Amino acid sequence: MALLTVNDVSLGYDGRAIAEHLSFTVEKGDYLCIVGENGSGKTTLMKTLLNLKKPLAGEIITGDDLKPGEIGYLPQQTEVQRDFPASVMEVVLSGCLSRMGNRVFYSREEKQLAVENMKRMGILDRADQCYRELSGGQQQRVLLARALCATQKVLLLDEPVAGLDPKVTADMYRLIQSLNKEGITIIMVSHDVAAALQYAKHILHVGNRVFFGTREEYSSSKLGRLFLEQEGGEA
Amino acid sequence: MDKLAEYLQYPFVRYALIVGVLIALCSSLLGVPLVLKRFSFIGDGLSHVAFGAMCIATVLKLSNNMLLIMPVTIIGAVLILRTGTNTKIKGDAIIAMISVAALAFGYLIMNFSNTPNLAGDVCTTLFGSTSILTLSRADVWLCIIMSVLVLVIFVLFYHRIFAVTFDENFARATGMDTEKYNLLIAIITAVIIVLAMNLVGSLLISALIIFPAISAMRLFHNYFKVTVFSAIFAVICAFSGIIISILAGTPVGSTIVGVNVLAFAVCWSIGKLRGTAA
Ligand SMILES: Nc1ncnc2c1ncn2[C@@H]1O[C@H](COP(=O)(O)OP(=O)(O)OP(=O)(O)O)[C@@H](O)[C@H]1O
Ligand SMILES: [Mg+2]
Repeated sequence: MALLTVNDVSLGYDGRAIAEHLSFTVEKGDYLCIVGENGSGKTTLMKTLLNLKKPLAGEIITGDDLKPGEIGYLPQQTEVQRDFPASVMEVVLSGCLSRMGNRVFYSREEKQLAVENMKRMGILDRADQCYRELSGGQQQRVLLARALCATQKVLLLDEPVAGLDPKVTADMYRLIQSLNKEGITIIMVSHDVAAALQYAKHILHVGNRVFFGTREEYSSSKLGRLFLEQEGGEA
Repeated sequence: MDKLAEYLQYPFVRYALIVGVLIALCSSLLGVPLVLKRFSFIGDGLSHVAFGAMCIATVLKLSNNMLLIMPVTIIGAVLILRTGTNTKIKGDAIIAMISVAALAFGYLIMNFSNTPNLAGDVCTTLFGSTSILTLSRADVWLCIIMSVLVLVIFVLFYHRIFAVTFDENFARATGMDTEKYNLLIAIITAVIIVLAMNLVGSLLISALIIFPAISAMRLFHNYFKVTVFSAIFAVICAFSGIIISILAGTPVGSTIVGVNVLAFAVCWSIGKLRGTAA
């Protein structure tokens, strides 16, 4: 059974649909890239997959080995986080909450997990630094480490490279790819179609017209070529 | 010093110290998440809601008006804090809407009853109805029990409150029931505010929520340290404020606020100096 099965789902707010009839599946170990124009509903789709909001129609079925709360999430940054007094360690540890059950404090293993994930993201030496004093790229790594504390199975990334310079962006993609190689399923929203085509196994295009298929199918499809040209023209 | 020792022998002075310090402690702990969630003015807003409820209780001639005030204020707090990150009306606007509406309706309803001393009643909600220096033993015990309850809840849910405050969507995505924790925060906020409003007035409660948190944020960049420091800050300010007001004969509430403002100025300067030195 697939990890995630999305069946004829419509997305929207207050009964108004913004994307309709989405159907796709995500297998274990998959790398899915979601592309589409601004406002086409990518973030909304993410939120629906995360159960933060309900779909207007259709259903989302999670595979039997994926429990709710076993998904890691890297959000598009929110206002509040920007001036929040919290150390990197505190932020990363908060990813362990779903493991905590009814306990009141973090266990030694959970702290160890946080340390390991900071090491993995190359931010261990900043553990005691203030989150808001980090650069955008470093903050993304912190949030990614937090997401990794929450899951070993699926990561949902909403524009993980927005606002990063080309070098850090490349690092970030490499990092994500290595996580995928370790067996973590990746679902990523990106505007960077070129990168999506380079790394992803499947592509979902949302917008006026919907496409779902492998990256090879996408780059040879009419929609894919059109979108690639447009994006290429803009850059 | 002799004079102080002499005063401390009076039970009302000890009561005032206990109640003042405990309320300051609880509000400062709540203050950190409230300020960070942009709900600094919730103290003001809720006290207006409580005022509205009090007006209704007066008109209905209820014998124990707490029975009405407490639930209404809790509902107000829930309505305000529910707005959170995922709604269209933001925190500051919803607080303003609810508090202004409650104030207006309360005042309107009050005009239907023949209460002679309207201005006086408005004044007591701002500065406290029972003066902190005339507390009864029962008041003190109620306050101690409530404070211990708040402290225990706060420690038990410390990490979860952090997670909900820092990133509600992430907490929810990883399976946490954030509604439950928002509700919890709303309820203890309402309880503390109603308690404190009766004892020290709503003017003071707002100061007690805001000043410790923002002072701590001048100096520390770590959630745990900010929490601990704001608790210490609040306790010291409340304690010295009450002592000063007794010795100097100044109004208690305003003196505590004054001390808070001064201490904030000190923290702010230290933060600035450190910023330029580094
Ligand atoms: N909370 C909301 N209430 C109502 N409408 C919303 C809300 N959030 C987003 N929308 C609308 O839904 C549409 C899709 O928004 P969404 O954030 O999913 O786009 P996106 O594909 O992630 O865009 P971007 O590339 O800019 O991140 C937009 O037209 C937006 O105006
Ligand atoms: Mg988006």
